[in-house]
Amino acid sequence: MSTPQSYEAAAASSPDQVAEFDQGHQSFIQRLQHALHVTPSLVPLIVLILSVVIFGLLLGSKFFSPFALTLILQQVGIVGIVACAQSLVILTAGIDLSVGAIMVLSSVVMGQFTFRYGLPPAIGVTCGLICGTACGFVNGWLVARMKLPPFIVTLGMWQIVLAGNFLYSANETIRSQDIAAEAPLLQFFGEKFKIGGAVFTYGVIFMVLLVVFLAYVLRHTAWGRHVYAVGDDKDAAELSGVNTDKVLISVYMLSGLICAFAGWALIGRIGSVSPTSGQLANIESITAVVIGGISLFGGRGSVLGTFFGALIVGVFTLGLRLLGADAQWTYLLIGALIIAAVAVDQWIRKVSV
Amino acid sequence: MTQPILKARNLVKRYGRVTALDHCDFELMPGEILAVIGDNGAGKSTLIKALSGAVIPDEGTVELDGKPIRFQSPIDAREAGIETVYQTLAMSPALSIADNMFMGRELRKPGWRGQILRQLDRARMEAMAREKLNELGLMTIQNINQAVETLSGGQRQGVAVARAAAFGSKVIILDEPTAALGVKESRRVLELIQDVRSRGIPIILISHNMPHVFEVADRIHVHRLGKRLCVIDPKQHEMSDAVAYMTGAKDPDPALNAA
Repeated sequence: MSTPQSYEAAAASSPDQVAEFDQGHQSFIQRLQHALHVTPSLVPLIVLILSVVIFGLLLGSKFFSPFALTLILQQVGIVGIVACAQSLVILTAGIDLSVGAIMVLSSVVMGQFTFRYGLPPAIGVTCGLICGTACGFVNGWLVARMKLPPFIVTLGMWQIVLAGNFLYSANETIRSQDIAAEAPLLQFFGEKFKIGGAVFTYGVIFMVLLVVFLAYVLRHTAWGRHVYAVGDDKDAAELSGVNTDKVLISVYMLSGLICAFAGWALIGRIGSVSPTSGQLANIESITAVVIGGISLFGGRGSVLGTFFGALIVGVFTLGLRLLGADAQWTYLLIGALIIAAVAVDQWIRKVSV
Repeated sequence: MTQPILKARNLVKRYGRVTALDHCDFELMPGEILAVIGDNGAGKSTLIKALSGAVIPDEGTVELDGKPIRFQSPIDAREAGIETVYQTLAMSPALSIADNMFMGRELRKPGWRGQILRQLDRARMEAMAREKLNELGLMTIQNINQAVETLSGGQRQGVAVARAAAFGSKVIILDEPTAALGVKESRRVLELIQDVRSRGIPIILISHNMPHVFEVADRIHVHRLGKRLCVIDPKQHEMSDAVAYMTGAKDPDPALNAA
């Protein structure tokens, strides 16, 4: 036997079962690390439960009541919806700085179309939703087709949309009483109903349904897998047969549409249509996404994490306010949480299973 | 005379002032294994990308089954039945093996859950992925739901080859398919290549591994300085000839250029 390939014959009788190994003893920390790696949204969930428990112990029934807990849900409603949009974009390794501006412009379009042009409220709302989707389309088209960095595109769109919002609305607020009298549909998401001591708004219900819907779509449909693939490695996704431009444009359009819904919910929350509201929505949504464990480099994380991230911010805000602490403590703690969240993200990623 | 299944004429591709393809011709006959060899930087990968839609050539024509084609993207080529394993492997590291194998052609559940909810049929995709990996002898992969980033380089390559073999219907292009594989897995890939040919599907194999090339190839396309230098028959040439041609140490017999 002296043929050049004879060494390969030795491999012929190798076993053909799938390899199995003794997993060995794993410490609790290792198993935790593994579990977190497999289910990234566990981290914010644990933090959320811990913070609810801690504030509950400190404040007792003042905090740990159906009323206070559902108040948190109402307070994070808008940010939660916008953060869902932000999650989608960040999963594709992008960022959307224009979410807040799109939200406000959409709410202004809903209000002005109804009141300035006298359209039926349903048409006004539809126009607002179309407006948000169209802004998202511009973002997506510039990112996908023109290959511009998402940060730059949405930074520009933030200014453009916000300026357009002030120019179009002439900085004019539509008063809450007028809306309630003439177009209550605009305040639909602000309507409350009670179950025992718990108070829910339709906006809160919408947020929860949106999270469930997006979690399903991202996990169980081809489009959802493509969103992750694009965020993970865009070139690889393209080569392995994903129409990456279409995925990106659809993500930004869906983000715009969700922001428009957030704009509708915003009218319900504050009662009036104000072009100056919601200025912090983009930063707050990015905060929720990061605390929720979605990687800013794309392709990793889940929208459930974002939901928990938004709730964590809500719990801290209300808890500290009830404790009578200076509001700056909230910002300080949230800043620390952001850094901790990214540190945990890096730690989990070290496990390779 | 049989017609080539895939034929390219006069392909030119320039990147700025760098010419990667210089009026290059290419022919792949039905049912054959064609090896493409050449020095580093000879333009092999660009040629392959021009055929698989990843690069749009500046000039020249490509014909598949005698019909002119102009791929705008790899998706077009895949729809036409050309499946490619790239050197970079083109996989999404954070997604699972099954997700990667079915990327862009996911199976949906039968009935309303697939049609209305557009739900993926995970179980069926996982079973098929497992089966394809077993065919390749990739028994060291323990969990089909493992993220690709947790696989070794060789395992990743195995998954990419399995993906191409599972879905290629007209032409399969393999760019360095055994570069990172172990002895046993390389052997399986070579067997798989022959197995795919016996199903009647032609293969383009790019490789630096001369023993492998000479073992499986029916013809060898020698690429040099952005064009086809000659096509040789491995049964009538020595490995040293092929190496001499591709490095420019020796000029081929002019009669070979006509091939």
